[in-house]
Amino acid sequence: MIQLKVNGSAKKFDGDPEMPLLWYLRDVLDYTGTKFGCGAGLCGACTVHVNGEATRSCVTSMRDAAGKEITTIEGLGAKSEHPLQAAWKQCNVSQCGYCQSGQIMQAAALLKAKPKPTNADIDTAMQGNICRCGTYQRIRQAIQIAAGVKA
Amino acid sequence: MTHIEKVSRRGFLGSAIGAGALVLGVGVESAEAATTAWSPSVYLGLEPNGTAVIVAHRSEMGTGIRSVLPMVVADELEADWQKVRVQQAVGDTKYGSQNTDGSCSIRDFYDAMREAGATARLMLEQAAAKKWNVPAVECKGQNHFVVHAKSGKKAAYGELVKIAATLPVPKKGDLRLKPESEFRYIGKELPTIDQADHTRGAGRFGIDARMPGMLYASIERPPVLGAKLRSFDDSAVKGVKGVVQTSTIPGFKPPHLFQALGGVAVLADSTWSAAQGRKKLKVEWDLGPNGAFDSAREKAEILAKIKQPGKVVRNEGDVDKVFAGASRIHEASYYVPLLSHAPMEPPAAVAEWRDGKVVTYAATQNPQAVQEAVAGAMGIKKEDVTCHVTLLGGGFGRKSKPDYVCEAAILSKQVGKPVKVVWSREDDIKFDFYHANAGMYMKAALDDKGRPTAWLHRSAFPSIGSTFDAAAEYAMELEMGMGWVDLPYAIANHRAENLPHKNHVRIGWMRAVAHIYHAFAIHSFVDELAAAANRDRVEYILDLLGPDRQVPIQPVGMKYWNNDQGQDKFPVDTARLKRVLEVAAEKSGWANKKPGKGRALGVAAHRSFLTYVAAVVEVEVDDRGRLTIPRVDVAVDAGQIISPERARSQVEGAAVFGTSLAMMGEITAADGRIVQSNFNNYPVARIQEAPRVTHVHLVPSKAPAAGIGEPGVPPIAPAITSAIFAATGKRIRELPVRKTKLV
Repeated sequence: MIQLKVNGSAKKFDGDPEMPLLWYLRDVLDYTGTKFGCGAGLCGACTVHVNGEATRSCVTSMRDAAGKEITTIEGLGAKSEHPLQAAWKQCNVSQCGYCQSGQIMQAAALLKAKPKPTNADIDTAMQGNICRCGTYQRIRQAIQIAAGVKA
Repeated sequence: MTHIEKVSRRGFLGSAIGAGALVLGVGVESAEAATTAWSPSVYLGLEPNGTAVIVAHRSEMGTGIRSVLPMVVADELEADWQKVRVQQAVGDTKYGSQNTDGSCSIRDFYDAMREAGATARLMLEQAAAKKWNVPAVECKGQNHFVVHAKSGKKAAYGELVKIAATLPVPKKGDLRLKPESEFRYIGKELPTIDQADHTRGAGRFGIDARMPGMLYASIERPPVLGAKLRSFDDSAVKGVKGVVQTSTIPGFKPPHLFQALGGVAVLADSTWSAAQGRKKLKVEWDLGPNGAFDSAREKAEILAKIKQPGKVVRNEGDVDKVFAGASRIHEASYYVPLLSHAPMEPPAAVAEWRDGKVVTYAATQNPQAVQEAVAGAMGIKKEDVTCHVTLLGGGFGRKSKPDYVCEAAILSKQVGKPVKVVWSREDDIKFDFYHANAGMYMKAALDDKGRPTAWLHRSAFPSIGSTFDAAAEYAMELEMGMGWVDLPYAIANHRAENLPHKNHVRIGWMRAVAHIYHAFAIHSFVDELAAAANRDRVEYILDLLGPDRQVPIQPVGMKYWNNDQGQDKFPVDTARLKRVLEVAAEKSGWANKKPGKGRALGVAAHRSFLTYVAAVVEVEVDDRGRLTIPRVDVAVDAGQIISPERARSQVEGAAVFGTSLAMMGEITAADGRIVQSNFNNYPVARIQEAPRVTHVHLVPSKAPAAGIGEPGVPPIAPAITSAIFAATGKRIRELPVRKTKLV
């Protein structure tokens, strides 16, 4: 029996310990804000926080999630809206919106580690997150607004 | 593509229903109306509490269309946008075409949306007049109220619903459309309705859809187009935890259309279990003739083929005579590989077969095509297929083709439960309807100023027509009409020729379609000619475009496609193309930014989807040959713009999409199988590879709304390679750029 916390709630899981956290979140808990994009840690659509670290849930097994605190996009601004969520709206970042949960979770981890990121910091932190619609310049702008740094 | 779909139906399926036949909806009553309270149009209704329910009948894949068309309705309705609820339509021909493709949603439905809103407003004004016993012309809808200025009376829309519902629906001729000066939402900067949801992960996509009791399917498909299932062994599958059963999907009968590819499915209680079970399948295939397909060999064949004469599809003057007497000739061949759409959400749908009917929730660009394809697969009437449309995690043309929905429906009937089909990324890359690979041969005779006196352009590529006719080898009118036979340069002797070519994989339409390879070849060639003449590239293109005029396009043996629009309403206008080029040059600082070491600008101007676009791209190539794109300027004349905010976002995104296909996109095949599988070997632009910033300059225009989703794509690749040449002297004639060492 695997025990973990998801968005503050204690959960138990007795299925295949090799199942990636992504499919537990999506298929078992119906937390569908976390998206499937590649299944191989290549696109970042499935990014969640595991003990505060941005993590690709599609390549994180339930065995490895045991005992951890997981935060998904649904939990990020649950108490009060995260500044990134406000900035995302301000910049009308989303086109299709599919990758944006992962983008925001990745950016949230960046700002936690580096509250005032440079352009290079943003490139480094966000290069694992693909947006096929091509919203990158607005993602960068929204991160800079949320961080209060100049473009 | 609305228009491809129309060709497919009329030309190949013989159905009487043309997608272009718009059911404008005003006054049509319906059981599935927006609201049961009062629906004067299929596109909208009002509830007694005053909420305006506006139907979005086009699919939302990121363009903002499910917000923007309802804004048009709301504007004419004089609705308070806060009191509007947008409801996504199911597939139904009563809405007109729902095929969200071809950059035509605004072009085809702007008028219909205005009429729907104006109809309801007029009826509310009439209802107030009746209530107050005053002339209707004195009553005016204003921001969700009807006001009577003379008496100072005012009634909320909700109060008038009951009376309005008793009134006859007015004739179109009685409607009073608002003057532009009174527009409340049209042309204004409003956020789309989905922005907030997307910041909370709350948008529901096809991959998020659920039906009670559903099973998850993972499907092992024929590895080669047309391969047949010989045998399979699923004995090891049944030991996988969570697996319920396996099931086979029959192969398609040619032409493949949007049919399921066939294969062996593993059904389980989760996506993960289904995928694990699939790994244990042992399947034997008879590969068939496409098992010998090799994309490298095919490329060589195409590049050889285009050296030979082909079917003449445009012919003015006498190119042979001019070439024979010319002292200066320039020629070049170009090649663009197969490409995959790779939307972030792979194809996904859930479907339930019950009592001879199908209900599906699908990420689809075209719910009516879902109805037709699923009905065809199940042997039922299309009216017995209900297609609910979810949000789409990208589409780019892939999700106009509902093979994955057919898979879910077929499996549901077999297992007696709802079935969810989610393609893995590997499935998506390996079983796409690929953007065609194409070879282009260009030849020009040049005068003493380096200006062409004769122009020859040959193209060979597998046609989208092969989707609908397995024997198709020549290009369709629409493929030829995409930036090829409609080239508007002022050259007296001009010939275009098409060489036949057979498809070996499924060929489909991808964002900007045939414009991608035509624009790359044409504008690259122009760049070469300008360089050979040692002339400024912008000045050279302006010279090629010649005097301001509307160029009548008269191809040989066909009509000019022109997005199915008349050349009277949407002519090929050189003044508009010159204007965007001048704006892009000015805004980018073209005149003052001379090429420096490893840093230069490139340019291309192209008309597509009736919209005029010029792009100036700045590239920087470092001493290790690594390329970055610090800045792109794109000038766009798309006619009337309904949502400048979403128009800019589409063009920004198109610059990234264009960068991906220019720099890194390539699908190859060996032994009939697609080699690439995921974003590691089919890369798309990431944040540091995308243009750092794209400035979009919307050129004010009195022309009718043309299209915005696709036209930003075609000029990007040739502008990038134009810049690379200026920066490094390397001439790129084959995409993707990453195959060429830049230093």
